[in-house]
Amino acid sequence: MVALVIVAHSAKLAEGVRELAAQMTQGRVPIFAAGGVDDDILGTNAERIREALEAALASSQEVLVLMDLGSAVLSARMAIDLLPEEQRSRVRLSQAPLVEGAVVAAVEAAIGKGLDEIEASAVEAARMPKVT
Amino acid sequence: MPLTQEAVRAWLQRCAAVLEENRDYLTQLDAAIGDADHGVNMDRGFKAAMTKLASLDTQDIGTVFKTVGMALVSTVGGAGGPLYGTFFLQLGVKTTNKQELTPQDWAEALEAAVNGVIARGQARPGDKTMVDALLPALEAYKAALQEGVPFSEALARSAAAAEEGMKATIPMVAKKGRASYLGERSAGHQDPGATSSYLILRAAAESWAGAT
Repeated sequence: MVALVIVAHSAKLAEGVRELAAQMTQGRVPIFAAGGVDDDILGTNAERIREALEAALASSQEVLVLMDLGSAVLSARMAIDLLPEEQRSRVRLSQAPLVEGAVVAAVEAAIGKGLDEIEASAVEAARMPKVT
Repeated sequence: MPLTQEAVRAWLQRCAAVLEENRDYLTQLDAAIGDADHGVNMDRGFKAAMTKLASLDTQDIGTVFKTVGMALVSTVGGAGGPLYGTFFLQLGVKTTNKQELTPQDWAEALEAAVNGVIARGQARPGDKTMVDALLPALEAYKAALQEGVPFSEALARSAAAAEEGMKATIPMVAKKGRASYLGERSAGHQDPGATSSYLILRAAAESWAGAT
């Protein structure tokens, strides 16, 4: 099963998105939050993200990383580079929006979809009509 | 005399002091075109790095730089974290097992560091980023060495080129980072990342003014 890592500038935001995605899948999908510089300071922390990636890689063969904005992508890339080389190809950064992407990715992961399909569905989530 | 490990530590301490002094200035620059945290972020990161260095017992300059890089990665918070983290980690890679640095060592280390920042951030010259200060500084330094000027003079020219590059970011339209959300409205403001890069390179020229 694919695991998810949630990267956001706020620890509360990352934890909240994790909670929301986990609720959809009743804990069947391993989801790890890596938000904030620490629990109080807004920002992203590549070392914190690396720890979450390690935990995710210990539970799953592949990991999809959902991110908010700005430095989240740079820090996530840096975190991947801090992993042992042989593990790096098991991690993918998602183009999807954070909240919708995480929820859809969790649902897809729960039914055993692979990384490519999960990413495609998560990206598609951005185009789902919200206000109809 | 080549740079000793003490000289390297003196530079890093000067960086921490200069970034503390300029914390509000950098944050003001960032408030105009970004998320108003660059000064606070850099100050916090370098303070954390200094704490790590204080308890680091090593003769290896590479280890000193890598320690700073890792501290910045986990404490700066904004794009400066991975970018300056990469800058110092790359300096560390190129100076591994060195107890002193020659002018040529610094050329190689700075080149790796600047290339690391470019690879990490995917910014090109003219995008209104750190690269606009760092790349001219690297080129000026290498050109000065080619001319055979003393180490200290090459460092001074490098800092002067960084300053020019920093000022040249004022009319630029940002292509990277939060500032790029502003589009044309980012023109007319000096880039905070280019400014911190200049401050760091100026600190090197000042700390190492006696290097030959």
